[in-house]
Amino acid sequence: MEEIGIGIIGFLILFPVLIALILLIARKDRARSVVTVIGALITAFASIFLAVEFLGTGTHYYALGPGLTEVINWVTLAIDVFICVYIVVKGLCHHNYKAVLLALAQGTIVVWAEFGLFRGMEATSTLYIDDLSIIMALIIGIIGCGICVYGLGYMRDHERHNPGKDRRPTFFAIMFVFLGAMFGIVFFNDLNWMLTVWEITTVCSFVLIGYTRTEEAIRNSFRQIVLNLIGGLCFAIALVWIGNFYGVIELDQFISMSLDMSAAGYTQITYLPLILLCIAGFTKAAQMPFQSWLLGAMVAPTPTSALLHSSTMVKAGVFLIIKLAPCLGFNIPGFVVMLVGGATFLFCSFAAISQTNAKRVLAYSTISNLGLIIACAGVGTDGALWAAIFLLIFHACAKSLLFLCVGTAEHHIGSRDIESMDDLFERMPRLARFMSIGILGMFIAPFGMLVSKWAALASFASSENVLLLLILAFGSAATFMFWAKWLGKILSVANSGAADVEGRVYRSEWSAIGLMTVLTVVACIGFPLISQGAVVPYLATVFEEVTQGIANSDLWIMAIIALVIAIIFLGFSGATRKKIVPVYMSGAGIDAQERTFKDSFSRELPATQRNMYLTDYFNEHRVTIVGIAVCLTLMLGSLAFVGQSVAAERDVVEAMPDARQVYEETEWSSSDEATYGEYLQNYEYYKEFYEENTEMLEEYYGLTSLPEVMDYVYEQTYATDYSSYYDEDYDEESYDEDSSYDDEYAYDYEDSGSDEETGAYGADTEEEGE
Amino acid sequence: MPHASKSPWIIHYDGSSCNGCDIEVLAALTPLYDAERFGVINTGNPKHADIFVVTGSVNDQNESVVRQIYDQMLEPKVVVACGACACGGGVYHTCYNVNGGIDTVIPVDVYVPGCAIRPEALIDGIVTAIGILDEKSKELNGISTKPRGYADAGEGVYAPQADVADKTEEPAEAKAAAQGGDGR
Amino acid sequence: MSLSFSGSFSLFALIGIVAFLIIAPILGCLLDGIDRKITAGMQGRVGPKLLQPYYDVRKLIQKENATVNGAQDLYVIVYFIFILLAGCAFFSGSNFLLCVFILTLGTLFLILAGYASRSPYAEIGAQREILQVMSYEPMVLLVAIGLYLACGTFEVSGIVTSDVPVIRSLPLIFIGFLYILTIKLRKSPFDISTSHHAHQEIVRGLTTEFSGRTLALVEISHWYENIMFLGWVAMFVLWSGTAWAILIAVVVVIVVYFLEILIDNNFARVKWQTMLKTSWMVALICGGLNIVYLVVF
Repeated sequence: MEEIGIGIIGFLILFPVLIALILLIARKDRARSVVTVIGALITAFASIFLAVEFLGTGTHYYALGPGLTEVINWVTLAIDVFICVYIVVKGLCHHNYKAVLLALAQGTIVVWAEFGLFRGMEATSTLYIDDLSIIMALIIGIIGCGICVYGLGYMRDHERHNPGKDRRPTFFAIMFVFLGAMFGIVFFNDLNWMLTVWEITTVCSFVLIGYTRTEEAIRNSFRQIVLNLIGGLCFAIALVWIGNFYGVIELDQFISMSLDMSAAGYTQITYLPLILLCIAGFTKAAQMPFQSWLLGAMVAPTPTSALLHSSTMVKAGVFLIIKLAPCLGFNIPGFVVMLVGGATFLFCSFAAISQTNAKRVLAYSTISNLGLIIACAGVGTDGALWAAIFLLIFHACAKSLLFLCVGTAEHHIGSRDIESMDDLFERMPRLARFMSIGILGMFIAPFGMLVSKWAALASFASSENVLLLLILAFGSAATFMFWAKWLGKILSVANSGAADVEGRVYRSEWSAIGLMTVLTVVACIGFPLISQGAVVPYLATVFEEVTQGIANSDLWIMAIIALVIAIIFLGFSGATRKKIVPVYMSGAGIDAQERTFKDSFSRELPATQRNMYLTDYFNEHRVTIVGIAVCLTLMLGSLAFVGQSVAAERDVVEAMPDARQVYEETEWSSSDEATYGEYLQNYEYYKEFYEENTEMLEEYYGLTSLPEVMDYVYEQTYATDYSSYYDEDYDEESYDEDSSYDDEYAYDYEDSGSDEETGAYGADTEEEGE
Repeated sequence: MPHASKSPWIIHYDGSSCNGCDIEVLAALTPLYDAERFGVINTGNPKHADIFVVTGSVNDQNESVVRQIYDQMLEPKVVVACGACACGGGVYHTCYNVNGGIDTVIPVDVYVPGCAIRPEALIDGIVTAIGILDEKSKELNGISTKPRGYADAGEGVYAPQADVADKTEEPAEAKAAAQGGDGR
Repeated sequence: MSLSFSGSFSLFALIGIVAFLIIAPILGCLLDGIDRKITAGMQGRVGPKLLQPYYDVRKLIQKENATVNGAQDLYVIVYFIFILLAGCAFFSGSNFLLCVFILTLGTLFLILAGYASRSPYAEIGAQREILQVMSYEPMVLLVAIGLYLACGTFEVSGIVTSDVPVIRSLPLIFIGFLYILTIKLRKSPFDISTSHHAHQEIVRGLTTEFSGRTLALVEISHWYENIMFLGWVAMFVLWSGTAWAILIAVVVVIVVYFLEILIDNNFARVKWQTMLKTSWMVALICGGLNIVYLVVF
């Protein structure tokens, strides 16, 4: 199992990179198609294989051999340096000094940390597989690869529309590298490695956004990299902080240690790295005030947008925050996360109302949905996290579908404006149906997004979070507005017999769009199964008790309705046996198909109809300013507050690195280890005590070092508690029956190096206590 | 069993006229005369309407409009030409731009005379139209037997109808047509 | 497909569904007739027969079969089915949010039917219907949230069998709900997408291109819908056990409906801007304050 796990992780990360290298060499259209399709298929099947093999089997941690770990450490360092140099060079070329400074700052920190701080620090488990990372891997593997295949046809058209040097080899290579890096993000437990792949995704999207090399594209790509470097810098600082004060570089260790510290009363000093990591997540997930990079990314070719929005990049941000969710909740980082997410959800939903550009509507809806996911993660309860994961899944399916549809429509009707998608139902019948499924999937029951929203509502209600409840109520109304009017536009039927322009759509595009449609529908119908098979098991590894957000029976009702609607949209031919009559034009109609009428001067005029964009109420500019103000205030305010509380508890913070070292060195002899938090509580006192009474302790207790003292002390306090329990409640029968207790005890006992099989715990401690 | 008679929805169009009849029609639809007693509703939408109430004459400009509204109405449908102009051009009959009454464009079922028409005559005309509507409905739905109580079109179905229409012995259409002729 | 009940309660659920499917159109039709009678009375006229809505629908069914396109009719049928489903979800005592979401889904299909016709008038109506949904949606969600906070469940069966009528903890939410109920019942001053009666509003707004049977189906859906909304009103005042509860609920429903007719007859139609602004304001103030109250106390 372990070999399989490491093997499959390695394959998923390295294979796309290999494909990328081949794609760089294979410059012929045909060769590229073959390599891309084969690479995509193999990657997708590998991720499915991973799911089949590991889904529902809990969390697996893997340690690579020290040699291999060392090699990868060097590789990541080399990549870090390369990224830094690349950005610096690019920044200097295009006179963007902000990017240069940020890249230099981050590069310095990473190199310093690698040579100074992390020297000799060993990650015990560098890789892991759990149900969430499997879900993410499926999203990346299937949807991401589908988008790459879609890109084949799309980019051919794109090259035709934009003549110039054919840079497609780079494009596809970067797409695959992107996928590899994303797999890294979801499988790396070592935060140092994770930072490296995190930065790879930033640079990949930088290249992809700037692909067309127009002035606008370059400007937007730099906006992207500056904002994401801010996030990367936060990540790097958090990494250094964690490494220095916690002495760990594994994500899971960091989370469990933060929980321990909070439990032991050191809540406030755990906030700083948490908030910094969350800010890193915000930048990737394009939360306000960082939302502008994702809007700017719309200049890129559609496959890039689809990749950024659905399966990669932004999902990395929410993935990290969902991972951190157990530490969030009813505390300051929790509030920041839920309010930033909530505010982004609300304001970006409002902003989407005023947009006519389909891709901008999609971008705003992505940002607002990610906001909702992040708000759920901020609440941090099992129900909220359940909703968050489902929002993530459905968003990935439906949004990729929508992007691919919009891209294809754009190439065939010559516009990405929603107003010109009027009558798409007849001009591109199949595409319009797929697009409808995507839109329905985004906002309406019974499709997954809304059901997840329902769960979010339920979890907000049960956590009595008034602000989020209000935000969700109003934000949902706005969501309905902008999706419904778009859907209405594409579904209008003029009986015009307009030329069906679908024949020119590439097969690769159809296959990808079809795949996304199937995924969206299957995910909606299989909702209860996904819940039982993947999401609840994952939550069970995080929370002690997991209750599903919505009753299973309700889920099945929704699934059945979803199936019915899908059948209606995909199967309905539009034919009717009724007599067809033209629409009412006040008696002045001339041509029913063209919708023209005779005006008061007897001229023939077309009746045109634009949707409402309510720009007086939901002005994009105004809404954005308010949103940015709110979110920025929240972030800076929380950072200031946390910084102040860290300063207030400076002595504890300063003691932490040493304490951590001593903690590591301690060989626990009692049945259960002290948590780091508990340890820290006593550390200062006993350190002083030990320094003052070194000789006495050695003489009377045989304790030669501080770790031994700590172990002894802890064992004493712990054992005392335990023996009192033993005295009062222990009886012969239950001891015999409770074999698990027996096993556990025996195991621990062996660990402590005793030969006695049945020695009572109390006796043991008495001995030492003398 | 035809049911059109209990729910005659009307659409009103004013052609080329002095607007006298137009205003009379609208006045007759005000709450004061309570046309809703008969289930009459002014829909203003040919797709919903059963009875097409036209006032004013036809000229080159509105000819197509009248025809289009008529075409867009669903069977069974009845046309009521209200006022002298609608029946045959009225006082504008010889104007250079007037083509004549509504029946030069679409088949008219009921001619209501008057310049301008009085509300009573209008209601009488509508009620007559209701009878014709029933007949057409029967025809459309393939019903041959007359239901009980429907001895003749326009008789004794409603109490108010009896007041204004009980003296009609001859077929409503013919009588109304004759009156239309008088009006001219 | 079980409706999330167990044992003896599923019988009640079944009765609720059957009763809704059979009785609601009859009641809805009568209610509509009474509405028109009372309206006529308020305007000092006799008004149509009590069964006028029934006659209207009967006539529409017998009209010629014609349509602007097949898609429109299909969407209206889907709308009708989802209204039925939403009503069944509610009267079987199932999840209130489920009912709300299915209802919204139904409304979406009505909107799509308006768009599908590609008539300028129907499109305006459809857009205005979207605005209506946008106006009332926050308040409806806040009602659901309020019910959950007050009763600890979204299940209608649990809400109506609580110890005290839920209106005791949700007075402000109830007022806010009454405000948006006017929109939902398509009453003036908020009948901006299409009027419930066959009055005119930009021809007939959303329903302009529906004719014959399709229009009849829309009318019947309105009957079902109205009964369901009155059921929502009743849900606020019902509590467990006594016949008094049912009696009071009936009285409250009648008073509320009369109030709606009164408002309908006394207010001119407003612009959509006013509708959107006021209904969001009401949702924010009434809903927000009441929820804060529930959470704090």
